[in-house]
Amino acid sequence: MTIRTSITVNGKETSREVEARTLLVHYLREELSLTGTHVGCDTSNCGACTVLLDGEAVKSCTLLAAQVHDCNVTTIEGAAQADGSFSPVQEGFRQEHGLQCGYCTPGMIMASTALLSENPNPSEEEIRQALEGNLCRCTGYEMIVNAVRWAAEHPNFTSGGAK
Amino acid sequence: MSLVGARVLRKEDPNLITGNGQYVDDLQPAGCTSMVFVRSTEAHAKIRSIDTAEALVLPGVLAVWTSANIAQLANCPGGLPGLDQPLLAKDVVRFVGEGVAVVVATDRYIAADAAELIVVDYEPLPAVASLSAAMAPGAVVLHEALGGNTVHFQDFENPLDDVFAAAPRTASLHIVNNRCAPTPIEPNVCLADWGRSGLTLWAAFQAPHHLRNTIAQYFGIPQDSTRVVAPDVGGGFGAKINFVPEFFLTALLSKEIGRPVKYTQTRSECLVAMLHGRAQEHDASVAFDNDGRILALKLSVTQDQGAYPNGTGMGLPVLTTAMAAGCYRIPAVAISWRNVVTNTTPVAAYRGAGRPEASYTIERLIDLIADETGVDPVEVRRRNFIPVDAFPYATHSPLAMYDSGNFAGALDELLKHVKYDELKKEQEKRRQDPAAKLLGIGFASWLEIAGFGPPGSLEAFGHLASWESAQVRIQPDGSAIIFTGASPHGQGTVTTYAQIAADELGIDFDRISVKHGDTAVVPQGIGTMGSRAVAVGGEGVKTASGRVYENAKRIAAHLLEASAEDIVIEDEKFFVKGTPARSVPWSEVAWKSFQPLELPGGMEPGGLDSTVFQQVPNFSFPSGAYCCVVEIDRETGGVNIVNMYLVDDCGTVINPLLVEGQVHGGVAQGIAQALFEHMLYDPSGVPRTSTLMDYLVPAASDLPGYVTGRTNTPNPSNTLGAKGVGESGSVGAPPAVVNAVVDALSHLGVKHIDMPVTPIKVWNILEGAK
Repeated sequence: MTIRTSITVNGKETSREVEARTLLVHYLREELSLTGTHVGCDTSNCGACTVLLDGEAVKSCTLLAAQVHDCNVTTIEGAAQADGSFSPVQEGFRQEHGLQCGYCTPGMIMASTALLSENPNPSEEEIRQALEGNLCRCTGYEMIVNAVRWAAEHPNFTSGGAK
Repeated sequence: MSLVGARVLRKEDPNLITGNGQYVDDLQPAGCTSMVFVRSTEAHAKIRSIDTAEALVLPGVLAVWTSANIAQLANCPGGLPGLDQPLLAKDVVRFVGEGVAVVVATDRYIAADAAELIVVDYEPLPAVASLSAAMAPGAVVLHEALGGNTVHFQDFENPLDDVFAAAPRTASLHIVNNRCAPTPIEPNVCLADWGRSGLTLWAAFQAPHHLRNTIAQYFGIPQDSTRVVAPDVGGGFGAKINFVPEFFLTALLSKEIGRPVKYTQTRSECLVAMLHGRAQEHDASVAFDNDGRILALKLSVTQDQGAYPNGTGMGLPVLTTAMAAGCYRIPAVAISWRNVVTNTTPVAAYRGAGRPEASYTIERLIDLIADETGVDPVEVRRRNFIPVDAFPYATHSPLAMYDSGNFAGALDELLKHVKYDELKKEQEKRRQDPAAKLLGIGFASWLEIAGFGPPGSLEAFGHLASWESAQVRIQPDGSAIIFTGASPHGQGTVTTYAQIAADELGIDFDRISVKHGDTAVVPQGIGTMGSRAVAVGGEGVKTASGRVYENAKRIAAHLLEASAEDIVIEDEKFFVKGTPARSVPWSEVAWKSFQPLELPGGMEPGGLDSTVFQQVPNFSFPSGAYCCVVEIDRETGGVNIVNMYLVDDCGTVINPLLVEGQVHGGVAQGIAQALFEHMLYDPSGVPRTSTLMDYLVPAASDLPGYVTGRTNTPNPSNTLGAKGVGESGSVGAPPAVVNAVVDALSHLGVKHIDMPVTPIKVWNILEGAK
């Protein structure tokens, strides 16, 4: 069974006839070729597939594409600022070495972005709690916490254009 | 200004923070198909039949294979002859997760549907899912060729009975080093395209040339038309250096159906199919005097190899026993080891590979000696350290010739951070207050063997050689490209190598690129494992860069009509020392290096290009001192790490930011082994922790912050002085954590608790003491 699904992704309207069971993450990765969103598990534990759904962090491996019909989705490819500058969270991850292999990073950045939009000045404890649905196997998390703090401390960061 | 030692931000990051990384699963060539496994649900069973009829007729299915389709093919490379794993189980399955059939379809959903339609009829056999079960009299035998379940037994040369009999004191521990699943966040993924011009295999792998050499040999095809690419790789931790059937099956199926075939492992598959780590049991005894001085050590290691032993797994107890004595001068050491097969996932390297097991046991024994003698654990360490003037230090093992170290220095540095006396007072106070959480302080002075390695060391694991390749190639505009055979998967090698090369070449860091992970691009290579990327590969970059620089000086000298010995460089300009006003820029030297008319006599064009196969004379020996402070909730048994103090000695630091990242990550995995992770099997061999719902990979909320410090004893085996740091944390953290927990409970007579130290284990101890 197929279904027509229309989703606004990173500000652009998309529409595809997909199998009803198509997961949002596969819609993004395989229909739209937005491969920055990764898959790291099959039980919604790892958070590598985290995207923003109408501004809220969700796991795109746990949603059907059809469920988000007419919604707004932001992926890592849409995380940068309008002028092409890295977002404060992206820049924070770079400045504080918040990533190593990079596989969990898009999900971490999206989850951190959602946290800061709700709580612009989170404590270390609040950051750790907010990111408990996102697993990283490389960093031991301290530098991820530092990255989010960096972003909180530089809300107006801009690199002045595309990097 | 030297870039070696500078906190330089990574070149890798702009791609990875914008979603522009390129992992294997991101690749989708035209006509790409999807392969899905049917994996055994039985730990040990005969396969009566496999019914693939329904799967074969599902629209979109392109192939369904069982062992019958590949009967003529050799078993998966990397195993032991006669005990090796078939690409697909033939007649018998020996662990849950072993591949039984594969389906290829036009997309992953159809392939998964088809796999569901395949019916495997098993005739269950008795299974042995633990070392004790496998070694019990009358136990079912996994491999008839073996006769029993012991693959190899190395007995004590001298069991030191007389030393132990005469010693003032002795103590023993039976230690289980828990089986862990490496769990890189990117599971195993590969994509094969075998067309008329040859085979290309993209694979999430740590050693692409090693895979290229092996896969070409396996299929009997020439290496020139066999290409392996490891693009961005989402973590490895040792688990991505093993040959697994996936690689060979995707290749074969691609050839068969004439289309690219991709396999993307699910996490639940990964937990049972990606090789596990640790899985050792130790019987350790120590003889010592009343002052806590060690007289003898006796260690017997039993290594669970899982169902199919492989070369790397067989090497684990060799490394463990080689490093059994840790940082300590022990007059007599006796070692023995045994490799045993069980109906579980095969075991191989996992971050530290044999060394965390050694460090854990000797550091637990040190605390046991402290407990027995009443000498403080810090003091027991000091009394037994190999002194700083004793290097090079020959151990009981010919593998382990310790080259350098300052173990007391690292402990001194650690104690600058730890308020030890205050903590001990606080611990005593809390013990008197039933409402207070218990406090424990645990130390680990650890040492590991890294920098693999000297000639012969990796050959023993089936590699071509033990060097690492580096090619430095100057472009006509004076920028540089470095090609390395060390294939990274998160280490930041692109950045560290550019730092090393920038210093040697005098070329700006921003004009140096590093290419890796493609056998069609990098001349030859070995790979990234055993903390060797900087100590061997980085040294190669330094050597090759130095050679290029010498040639560049000759050209500059020719252009400046001077002598090469007098040429120096600053800000990418060559000039005669003392006369910077008359200079020639790197870009001009580079350009003219390709123009025969501009070159000094006897020099050929293209000379600013050097390839080195870097050898090192010895392993390296990173070391350090860690301290963990825990609180224990008396009501729940929950252990909370309050502080984790980490002093590392990895020799020269190329980039402190990246070293800190490696230490943190290794320590996190060490804490995870100590407190959370355990790949558990029930007695029938069914894994009980085969999803991330059950196998507890810690999140940010589960782990502490870290206080780091540093000492530096340079590595004498390379000119950089670097020792490697990738595995250190996982070697040092487990004993520090468990020593802290045992310390917290020592007033209850607790001598040892096996990892992972879960709340229920602690709660049972606390309840038992009431």
